[in-house]
Amino acid sequence: MYPSRFHYEAPRTLDEALDLLQAYGDEAKVLAGGQSLIPLIKLRFAAPAAIIDINNISGLDYHEEDSDGSLYVGALCRHRTLERSPLLRSKHPTMSATAPLISDPMVRSRGTLVGSLCHADPQGDWASVMLALGGEIIARSTGGERVIPVSQFVVGPFQNALQPGEIAVRARVPAPRGTRSGTYLKLERRVGDFATVGLAVALETSGGTINRAGLALTGVGPSNIQCTAAEQALAGKTLNASTIDQAARLAAEAAQPKTDVRGSAEFKRHVVYTFVTRALSNPQARAA
Amino acid sequence: MEERRINVVVNGEPKSVDVEPRLLLVHFLREVLGLTGTHIGCDTTNCGVCTVLFDGLPVKSCTMFAVMADGHEVTTVEGLGLPSELHPIQEGFREEHGLQCGFCTPGMMMASKALLDENPNPTEEDIRWALAGNLCRCTGYQNIVKSVLWAAEKLRSEAAMSR
Ligand SMILES: Cc1cc2nc3c(=O)[nH]c(=O)nc-3n(C[C@H](O)[C@H](O)[C@H](O)COP(=O)(O)OP(=O)(O)OC[C@H]3O[C@@H](n4cnc5c(N)ncnc54)[C@H](O)[C@@H]3O)c2cc1C
Ligand code: FES
Ligand code: FES
Repeated sequence: MYPSRFHYEAPRTLDEALDLLQAYGDEAKVLAGGQSLIPLIKLRFAAPAAIIDINNISGLDYHEEDSDGSLYVGALCRHRTLERSPLLRSKHPTMSATAPLISDPMVRSRGTLVGSLCHADPQGDWASVMLALGGEIIARSTGGERVIPVSQFVVGPFQNALQPGEIAVRARVPAPRGTRSGTYLKLERRVGDFATVGLAVALETSGGTINRAGLALTGVGPSNIQCTAAEQALAGKTLNASTIDQAARLAAEAAQPKTDVRGSAEFKRHVVYTFVTRALSNPQARAA
Repeated sequence: MEERRINVVVNGEPKSVDVEPRLLLVHFLREVLGLTGTHIGCDTTNCGVCTVLFDGLPVKSCTMFAVMADGHEVTTVEGLGLPSELHPIQEGFREEHGLQCGFCTPGMMMASKALLDENPNPTEEDIRWALAGNLCRCTGYQNIVKSVLWAAEKLRSEAAMSR
């Protein structure tokens, strides 16, 4: 189908983009990678009056660590870049495991991590990863910047906490307490599909003791689910058969799966249990 | 009707055209420029037959607006080789029977091009990952993988000879 008509703006600076967004109000949609927005516009599920394409703004396509060890991912950093990132490979195992599992190479050439968080698809993988890592979004408007934890940013299916006039300019992953380890496990019907079940695990440990555990689920609820009880059960502990089993049971209880084309609710809950056990038991997944 | 002038290099040739913002890149290529080698197979960004290279990277041209190509380079299957002078990837698909109906083939070849530009010596597994977004209803993929392996070898031996 052909998209309906819209005004197109291609600002060259962030300030220009923010002014335009202010002027159009909630008539306008920000266009980043376009890999979720354009399919919606093509099917006419979305028909924004104006599109503010941020792809011509320089200085948004980066991912880097600052001196205190926080990782920043700019609004135009593509899945593809993250998939190939030596920085992620050496220091961010959960993110590094996720990037190649997002859709297919063409979608990864364009789509962005920040855009994925903004889109807040309950099937989106990055939101689970950011929940597990305790990540934040930095939103900017003409009035300045504010920081929103991802746990408060994704407010429902396809709903984020941005105010009209705000652009998500970057995501932040705080520095770990101790050594970071973790992984992302994703069950797909076939390669490139959205998750039947996805599990993000992010651990911060010192000498075997867990300082912080992050566990979050994709595809088994109306939004991504942070497994708070499982996280709390692991904090301060070491990993052994009994702590792993307890965490896996708590995570399976936190899941709210529905029976659909991807499988029965019971099956999905069982996969959550199996994934948590597998992720916490696999020494490879825990390598720093 | 709002139109914008875009300057885009398609298969090495600079083009300067006025387009409506809602025009998809694939429609621009097929209907405005007449480059019908790039196909359209779905409405949902799922099939990959519309794959072209955008600044050298594989993208689905049905999931970009033509206006987004302003100032960029696009390569379509027409830019890969000529009937009289096939690109090794095209030769590979012919030699190894990498197509039946041919509908998916332009997208397959452009995704393969992106792979071989980055990784001249791919394993079968690398090829299957690189083509994960390109659907084929005919071949069962086996011969497509062989075609890309054939092309990779040919390209490597050409590179070795020109050294
Ligand atoms: C076939 C297919 C399969 C896919 N499979 C998966 C999958 O398995 N897992 C997965 O996680 N994702 C998947 N995706 C989605 C993909 O990851 C998208 O790239 C992502 O959801 C959106 O990022 P984007 O940069 O493309 O955003 P866009 O499509 O440009 O935007 C999406 C939404 O976010 C808003 N937005 C974007 N950036 C900003 C910003 N900086 N500030 C404010 N608002 C903003 C837009 O206005 C829009 O509402 C798939 C997509 C396709 C087409
Ligand atoms: S036409 Fe199917 S992905 Fe573009
Ligand atoms: S050859 Fe027919 S779809 Fe691939």
